[in-house]
Amino acid sequence: MRIHRRTLLALALATGLTAPAMAVAQAEDIKIGVLATFEGAFTVLGEDGERGALTALDEVGGMAAGNKIVVVRGSSDASPDSAIRAARKLVEQDGVKILVGPLSGDEGIAVKDYAKTQPGVTFINGSSAAQDTTLRDPAENFFRFSTDGAQWMAGLGTYAYNEKGYKNVAVVAEDYSFPYTQVFGFMAEFCKAGGKVPSKSWVPIGNKDYSSVIAAIPDDVDAVYVALGGADAVNFLTQFQQSGGEAPLIGGSITVDQTVLTSKGRLRDVLIGTPAAGPTADTNDTPEWNAFVEAYKKQEGAFPSPSLFAHAYYIGMKAALLALEETGGKLDDDGANFRKVLSSLSFETPTGKVSLDKNRNAIADIYLTEVTEGPDGNLLNKLIKVVPQVNQTLGIDEAEFLALGAVSRENPSCP
Amino acid sequence: MNADVTQNPATPARNLLARIGTGHLVLAALLLAYPLVSSDFFLTQIGGYSLIFGMLALSLSLLAGYGGMVSLAQISFAGVAGYTVAIFGENNSNILGFGWPWWLVMPLALFFAATSSALIGWVSVRTEGIYTIMITLAVATAAFYFVRQNYTLFNGFPGYTGLRAPIVFGVNFRDPVPFYYMCLVAATLSYAAVLYAARSTFGLTLQAIRDNPRRMRAIGFDVTAHKVVAWFYAGLIAGLAGVLLVWFNGRISPGTINVAAAINVLIIAVIGGLKHPIGPFVGAVMVVLMQTFAIDIVGAERFNTLIGVFFLAIVFFSPDGILGLWGQLRQRLAQEDLRSRQ
Repeated sequence: MRIHRRTLLALALATGLTAPAMAVAQAEDIKIGVLATFEGAFTVLGEDGERGALTALDEVGGMAAGNKIVVVRGSSDASPDSAIRAARKLVEQDGVKILVGPLSGDEGIAVKDYAKTQPGVTFINGSSAAQDTTLRDPAENFFRFSTDGAQWMAGLGTYAYNEKGYKNVAVVAEDYSFPYTQVFGFMAEFCKAGGKVPSKSWVPIGNKDYSSVIAAIPDDVDAVYVALGGADAVNFLTQFQQSGGEAPLIGGSITVDQTVLTSKGRLRDVLIGTPAAGPTADTNDTPEWNAFVEAYKKQEGAFPSPSLFAHAYYIGMKAALLALEETGGKLDDDGANFRKVLSSLSFETPTGKVSLDKNRNAIADIYLTEVTEGPDGNLLNKLIKVVPQVNQTLGIDEAEFLALGAVSRENPSCP
Repeated sequence: MNADVTQNPATPARNLLARIGTGHLVLAALLLAYPLVSSDFFLTQIGGYSLIFGMLALSLSLLAGYGGMVSLAQISFAGVAGYTVAIFGENNSNILGFGWPWWLVMPLALFFAATSSALIGWVSVRTEGIYTIMITLAVATAAFYFVRQNYTLFNGFPGYTGLRAPIVFGVNFRDPVPFYYMCLVAATLSYAAVLYAARSTFGLTLQAIRDNPRRMRAIGFDVTAHKVVAWFYAGLIAGLAGVLLVWFNGRISPGTINVAAAINVLIIAVIGGLKHPIGPFVGAVMVVLMQTFAIDIVGAERFNTLIGVFFLAIVFFSPDGILGLWGQLRQRLAQEDLRSRQ
């Protein structure tokens, strides 16, 4: 018996010692990490983000400057902790030097903090759109080519007040940094135009029952501004419709996104005519956009039209590939040259020109849209207007903009 | 009352090494030498993280294995300790953060964790079996929703960031090697304490209560008090794990203590096996390895399915977890050995 025990022990020892050594990566290809939500409430969004990143990769045949690109995936569940864990695994274990992601607001802030501890790795944002990821206390090696949630709202507040004639609007939004940023962007214009926001309801992510929220919406509001995403938006809209809500809606960027518009149920009655704004518009008919939609549709499980997550991950991945092409695929100086090229990168995307400001946040075109029924019965975001080259301070002087304070549940306020 | 019952009955003075046992010595040597062969990632993200979750599962297996009380709220007690560190220590979320030194914050965190555990224990010892699971699940869920919606004390969804492990005598305990050894020391202490307590009068009484509470009550033991003290000890271990967990992550948010995390702890304990305190640590290593690397094996779409199937297989083939598999293997080897001697 003793012999057997010893043999087993030796075996266990040997495997234990060799396992870490085997796992150490050795590759000549360029590894790019893609961090998205492949689990939890935002799974559908994360999968579409991945499709966007792969679309950019397929455009260049999976090669950059003659080097093969290998994508390593990391999964989070939209909580900052899980995003950090996944990012650490990609960077410290898989050895990626470029990481595209994450998807959600607070994840972005957490990954930015982590980026400061990894100066040799370049982080390119996926679709996370909280303001303070780049505005306050930014990280030198964190780049956002996808603009933030306040930028996405450009033009919407003015449009709602002037064209739609809404004077009083109630806000229903999820309770974390991205919706704060969206509400900030909307209210900055809406309050300036003269509008009032008498009530704001903040609901937790993954909330199922909205009856108390719907009951709390004042009767005398002209419209309800909704900034909810994924399953939350579907649940709220369904219950709002069932409880006989009659106030027209104004949509946040991901509330009337393809991930929500393609869901089943009687949402179309409440949704048609809803104005919204964001980095994409489904009925955009420029040749660049149409080419992007065609390329996107080749991905497995694609939506009729790419969601803004697919778009954001596409832009991020595209930027990485362009910069790699220009540096000849070299990352041996801890990526310093690569990041220099990224900082000054300015390129044409399916949605117009994108360039970066000094905080490495994108300046890009924003699309004002309205939900309509497409020719084959699909709900689509019809393009109303393009707001050209919106920057992070929404055209306001930087010092003045910073003085408005960090976005939060209370800021801004105009009851 | 616990002061006298935890006294070890006088054992004959034996060689200390013999008492520790060869298996433990070999294991200790391997764990001490682990930093020599492993990368930083394997040291902290696998090694340290497994030890932390092993301790959480150990605090559950202390209650479940010796006391017959399955608790899903251990992660919440870890959260109590973690939030204590964030609120009383330093954070960079600009909310609270009294900046107390670590040697003050840490005992306070452990005290809060142990006390809250004893309180919840005091409520739930009135129930048995599935009802204990239900009541602790309710506690874990309520704790999660409360911290997520409370902004004045817990800063809601984003939680606290910028929590740093202490720097003592110039050693930064968040550096991979010191952090690993810190976790190892904490885990060893918890493990030894559970082993010791299991053989003490208190431990034996607790096991007797698990097997037949009515008889123990009839003999004159205070059943509730024993159970509550067990909860207190379990809370201490969970609290220690919680402090290490926030130092490890550098942050704490409701996502740290959500229901998935609570169930994770239970899975680790069950996978490892509840019969011996080494089980939770074995389970933690398996689960952490699976959760980290499953995505590389099957891709992003179905990796949670793979993890689930693996757990199902273990529970199916060995209801006692991996420890049970080891037991079966040992039995078979012993038989083979006998046969070969004939």
